[in-house]
Amino acid sequence: MDSNPPNETESSYPSCSSSRRSISSAQSKLSRPNSLREVTLGDSGSKKFRNGSRGGADSQGFSVSQKEISDEDARLIYINDPARTNEKFEYAGNSIRTAKYSVFTFLPRNLFEQFHRVAYIYFLVIAILNQLPQLAVFGRGASILPLAFVLLVTAVKDAYEDYRRHRSDRIENNRLALVLVNGEFRDKKWKDIEVGEIIKIHANETLPCDMVLLSTSDPTGIAYVQTINLDGESNLKTRYAKQETLSKTPEKEKVNGFIKCEKPNRNIYGFQANMEIDGKRLSLGPSNIILRGCELKNTAWAIGVAVHAGRETKAMLNSSGAPSKRSRLETRMNVEIIILSIFLIALCSIVSVFAAIWLRRHRDDLDTLPFYRRKDFSEAKPKNYKYYGWGWEIFFTFLMSVIVFQIMIPISLYISMELVRVGQAYFMIRDGGMYDEASNSRFQCRALNINEDLGQIKYVFSDKTGTLTENKMEFRCASIWGVDYSGMDGMIFRPKMIVRTDPELLQLAKVGRESQRGKHVYDFFLALASCNTIVPFVVDTPDPSVKLIDYQGESPDEQALAYAAAAYGFMLIERTSGHIIIDFWGEKQRFNVLGLHEFDSDRKRMSVILGCPDKSVKVFVKGADTTMFSVIDRTLNKSVIQTTEGHLHSYSSLGLRTLVVGMRELNNSEFEQWHFAFVDASTALMGRAALLRKVANNIESNLRVLGASAIEDKLQQGVPDAIESLRMADIKVWVLTGDKQETAISIGYSSKLLTSKMTQIVINSNSKESCRKSLDDAIVMAKKLTSGSIVSHNMEGSSGAVITPVGLIIDGTSLVYVLDSELEEQLFKLASMCSVVLCCRVAPLQKAGIVALVKKRTSDMTLAIGDGANDVSMIQCADVGVGISGQEGRQAVMASDFAMGQFRFLVPLLLVHGHWNYQRMGYMILYNFYRNAVFVLILFWYVLFTCFTLTTAINEWSSMLYSIIYTSVPTIVVGILDKDLSKRTLLKHPQLYGAGHRQEAYNSKLFWLTMVDTLWQSVVAFFVPLLAYWNSTIDAPSIGDLWTLAAVILVNLHLAMDVVRWTWITHAAIWGSIVATWICVVCIDAIPMMPGYWAIFHIGGTPVFWWCLLIIVIAALVPHFVVKFIYQYYFPCDIQIAREAEKFGNLRGHGAIEIEMNPILEPHQR
Amino acid sequence: MADRGGTSSGGGGNGAPELAKKSRKPKYSRFSQQELPACKPILTPGWVITAFISIGVIFIPIGLASLFASQRVVEIVDRYDRDCIPRNVSDDGVGFIEDAKANKTCVRTLTVQKQMKSPIYVYYQISNFYQNHRRYVKSRDDKQLWSPKNERSSSDCKPEDFTSNGQPIIPCGLIAWSMFNDTYKFSVKDKVLEVNKKGIAWKSDREHKFGSDVYPKNFQSGALIGGAKLNSSIPLSQQEDLIVWMRPAALPTFRKLYGKIEVDLEPNDNITVIIENNYNTYSFGGNKKLVLSTTSWMGGKNDFLGVAYLTIGGLCLFLAISFILVYVLKPRPLGDPSYLSWNRNAAGHLN
Repeated sequence: MDSNPPNETESSYPSCSSSRRSISSAQSKLSRPNSLREVTLGDSGSKKFRNGSRGGADSQGFSVSQKEISDEDARLIYINDPARTNEKFEYAGNSIRTAKYSVFTFLPRNLFEQFHRVAYIYFLVIAILNQLPQLAVFGRGASILPLAFVLLVTAVKDAYEDYRRHRSDRIENNRLALVLVNGEFRDKKWKDIEVGEIIKIHANETLPCDMVLLSTSDPTGIAYVQTINLDGESNLKTRYAKQETLSKTPEKEKVNGFIKCEKPNRNIYGFQANMEIDGKRLSLGPSNIILRGCELKNTAWAIGVAVHAGRETKAMLNSSGAPSKRSRLETRMNVEIIILSIFLIALCSIVSVFAAIWLRRHRDDLDTLPFYRRKDFSEAKPKNYKYYGWGWEIFFTFLMSVIVFQIMIPISLYISMELVRVGQAYFMIRDGGMYDEASNSRFQCRALNINEDLGQIKYVFSDKTGTLTENKMEFRCASIWGVDYSGMDGMIFRPKMIVRTDPELLQLAKVGRESQRGKHVYDFFLALASCNTIVPFVVDTPDPSVKLIDYQGESPDEQALAYAAAAYGFMLIERTSGHIIIDFWGEKQRFNVLGLHEFDSDRKRMSVILGCPDKSVKVFVKGADTTMFSVIDRTLNKSVIQTTEGHLHSYSSLGLRTLVVGMRELNNSEFEQWHFAFVDASTALMGRAALLRKVANNIESNLRVLGASAIEDKLQQGVPDAIESLRMADIKVWVLTGDKQETAISIGYSSKLLTSKMTQIVINSNSKESCRKSLDDAIVMAKKLTSGSIVSHNMEGSSGAVITPVGLIIDGTSLVYVLDSELEEQLFKLASMCSVVLCCRVAPLQKAGIVALVKKRTSDMTLAIGDGANDVSMIQCADVGVGISGQEGRQAVMASDFAMGQFRFLVPLLLVHGHWNYQRMGYMILYNFYRNAVFVLILFWYVLFTCFTLTTAINEWSSMLYSIIYTSVPTIVVGILDKDLSKRTLLKHPQLYGAGHRQEAYNSKLFWLTMVDTLWQSVVAFFVPLLAYWNSTIDAPSIGDLWTLAAVILVNLHLAMDVVRWTWITHAAIWGSIVATWICVVCIDAIPMMPGYWAIFHIGGTPVFWWCLLIIVIAALVPHFVVKFIYQYYFPCDIQIAREAEKFGNLRGHGAIEIEMNPILEPHQR
Repeated sequence: MADRGGTSSGGGGNGAPELAKKSRKPKYSRFSQQELPACKPILTPGWVITAFISIGVIFIPIGLASLFASQRVVEIVDRYDRDCIPRNVSDDGVGFIEDAKANKTCVRTLTVQKQMKSPIYVYYQISNFYQNHRRYVKSRDDKQLWSPKNERSSSDCKPEDFTSNGQPIIPCGLIAWSMFNDTYKFSVKDKVLEVNKKGIAWKSDREHKFGSDVYPKNFQSGALIGGAKLNSSIPLSQQEDLIVWMRPAALPTFRKLYGKIEVDLEPNDNITVIIENNYNTYSFGGNKKLVLSTTSWMGGKNDFLGVAYLTIGGLCLFLAISFILVYVLKPRPLGDPSYLSWNRNAAGHLN
């Protein structure tokens, strides 16, 4: 709505300021309550009822400070007395430090952190083993090379990141703020600010620390802040200074008092404290505190007391990293790594056993054997040297073989995988197709280690509001006093938002309170305009005579309702904590806000107590129908209630969000009674939240129903297509929503989730028994429908159209009985037969419960997508969590692994990037196993010809560089860049996603096939040179060079054979690696101190060398090539066919196209 | 916002000037959208069959050529370790060879079967000698061989590093210590065949690895004599037998070049070889052979590569033919969507 051109307003608001001055004295008598916010944990209602301000829903992800402050949990802050404040307790100063290292601590700390990873410890252990003289297989330099290499790369990366953090810390710490020192405000660096100091902030300045407001430029003590840096919400939030501190001017008079507040915590929506000032005790809530990182807006200045500083501020406490998850593929891979470890141990054992046998057989000769010479005869009494006895020799042989064969366990794979994931993330972030214009947000990869999981998702759990829909609310129609006004033809333009209005209703609203009907309309819109927490802002436009009114509020529903009220002439133009001013067709009316009970998720309603200009006191309540009808006096106006209920039903079946409005006039005694209770409750120290709720419940009773409003939440662009694609990809989409069943079903239809072909099974139960029964019935029915269709299917022989898909609709009440009971099993059984599951009226924890239910019972991957705080638990529970960075706060994004702007991006994310990532990663893992095993086996075969003494013909440097330089770059490049199919094909045939479900890129069959291939290739690479140089003068370094080059060329060509798309980068990586290997081998052989000096030049000068290379490569790759070809040609997988179709262009014959257009009906469900 | 820092390096700066907020839309590039021009080869039957036929066509001639070259090499191999022990001590080879007084001279007669063109290479072949044993290969010090400054060798050379009175041994280590010391003298029809022992070691080793100012010192002075002794007045760079021996063989059966005979030998020539049978292979059951061999462009006599090339070439031709047959009998149209699994499933129900 920000995009509406400002000059579309036709009405202007000339005099907002005139009425501002007239704060009545009557009001100040009533101690103005602050709107107190309440933080609850757990079941916190659905978004539909989020028509108050931030309710409990938003505190979901945070630790909660529900308890009242006890002494040991409290912080005592003496206002304007930092010395006293800080003398007893060590409160953090305001300098922050996000950097991890300093110059001195970098080396030890960085190393310490790096060695937290298993991979590096493995490297380290191997390197340390190698340093023992008895085990020195490789030279010192060569043996620590791999470890040094990875440590260096990581350290450089960390150092650079930390340097950037240092720089930003320095800038942040040296910013200036006005601090009260000796009676005047002086500039002070942020880092020197202490808790207890009084700070003055001007408009558009950023807050240096968390502070309690004392006074502001606004006479009523209001300050507006923008919290975009904190939670990403761009709307302004209202914060209040306490009445008692408003008049203080700390420059002139000393402010005496202290604040007792809770310990620092991460909850940015909760704060509890008491302030004692001038002997009076006041309670402070979250609306009295402004937090570090916020910006002061629309307020000339604000003065406050610092209560949390530096790292104790809520902003710093919240800056935590992304959650860490482990990908399914990696978990699977670890199984194979264990198999490889067993191989490794087997190889080492074989070597040790043979070595033992050899030693045993030659035990008598060892002393003088020219190549063993156990005894040192240079001394008078010959003694053993480098011989530690039979047992030790065998043990050392075993350890040495572990050192030599270390790369059998491809530890470097973990590092390669990290690099590949970074590269994949780069492409996902940069994908223009996943950029959202509206919110100007790119795709975000928050978790870096589960990219490939995106290719195997089987279940998608989606939130509705804000995820499937835009969460941009539009007022659609209203039912007032039993009359439905939904003829929406007239259109008038209103401040910053167009509201379609009903002409008849508009007329009625204009006429005012003359008629009975008009009176109800008046009350209704008064309720809409007043019963909210919206703050109106007057915005200047280019035309000075026209002013715009902008409603800033925390809930889109409230905004829509306020705009609607404005459109009908009830324009809220000013709100302070004590009163509101409503412009009623040009006539300003002033209402005293005597009390406000904010929305909470238990009551699911909010209420406001207004003192009207005619001295009457009214309570207006607005809330969800379920809770509203229970507080409405059913004896009054039965027919109105009934018709309103009917209208509600019809609205919600249109997919509209409904709210019920009720009111009641209070007589004096009622008001007094409420007022005392309210004042007591809101200053209570213990259990304030509960007390306030009780007060609210008392006053919100015996209401007269006024009517109901209906707000439309439009479907996001492309949602039906996206859901269709996901369904074609055999992904099950479950929608979990807090909305009413009718709303959910109608959204289900409009998003193509439900189709007319589907049979709906609805489960609404109120007890466990009935729940069990309906589940049993449903299972029987679903079975009949699915199996029956198979029978008819086979008889008729037509393809699939007869299957009756089943959609399950279950509500939150039933889920209460199902979850965590034995019925879970039943529900899962039923749900797995259904193609669609819709859960309505579910609470956030139930959402997580459903995800957990599926996760527990299948090995399939789950993905949860949502935008609000109520989705956080589900996002964290699912294997992959996706946050929509939309209208609501950023908590879903903060908890998610991936974040994006629109629901429809799920399709490219899963079907394209997920598919690619999975294919790439699967191949990369297998290839790395193969690559390392080939080399290890070549080393192993040679060991059999060296008395099992772990000599390597291959130069020690080459064997270390093998997995670092010779072969690592191509696999990383291919892992990042290779694409098995184009984006277009993948989007056109969502079924291709099934490759991930069927685990086609990585499974144990492929693993074993690869291992057999590895064995063959290593045999060829080793024995061809061996036999070709049998009985010749060949020396070890020369034949070692041949083996090195053969292995490198072999594995690189093997990779080249499996590359699908050859871009110039792929070419450069693969051929470049081979060239680099040659260069390295030549360089190593050019060092005279190496035993293999000049070997490559000698052996390279003979034709046999080149013939060997050629035949090794061909002979080794022929089986792989033949198997690959036979599979591709005679047992083609879907990907192969699609690739051919992509290359050769067409889908031949229109019969084929027809087949393709048939609906996809769960081919696996039989 | 958490992601702002992370993408600050990105190309977000292409926003139109009238936009107040910088557009964070990713800059389009073929690279970032993964649309780089690429070649997408597919294994079509045509390609595969062509590839196999060409491998066959190339490999079979190579195989034939190598086999032919190998066949042309003339090789005389004579195992002498058993026969050069006097009959009476034939079951105590070790005792005989360790007896310093015993006469080790041994005369062998070899008959040339085919004409041997010069140069004829003379090798000794030892088997069961693990020159690649870990203890053995490590037992050398390349620095010491290179320069007299590094006389005091590293501990790698143990136990042949210092004499009992602490003098450094040059060249140190087991490899040098166990140097081969049999000698051969050849004559045909009582005419001495000169054996050229110059240039048998690698030029690179002579010039850069073994110092021209490093002289043998205290060599073979210990209690146990391992093999040959060195003339301490000749620098290491000219001790070619040593240099040859110090190139560790890759395999337990190996040949090393002894010298070159630079005259042609005619068929039925009888070569008389006078062998000084000094080297002790009896202790580890190794055998010693004398080898005379000509060379071809493929090196020595070895049929393996020829056979391998023929096998692989033949196999590829066979595969090509069978693929052609299968292709003719059961072709599959490429890229036919009716083979897609979801279409196949639907079609499967029809049957």
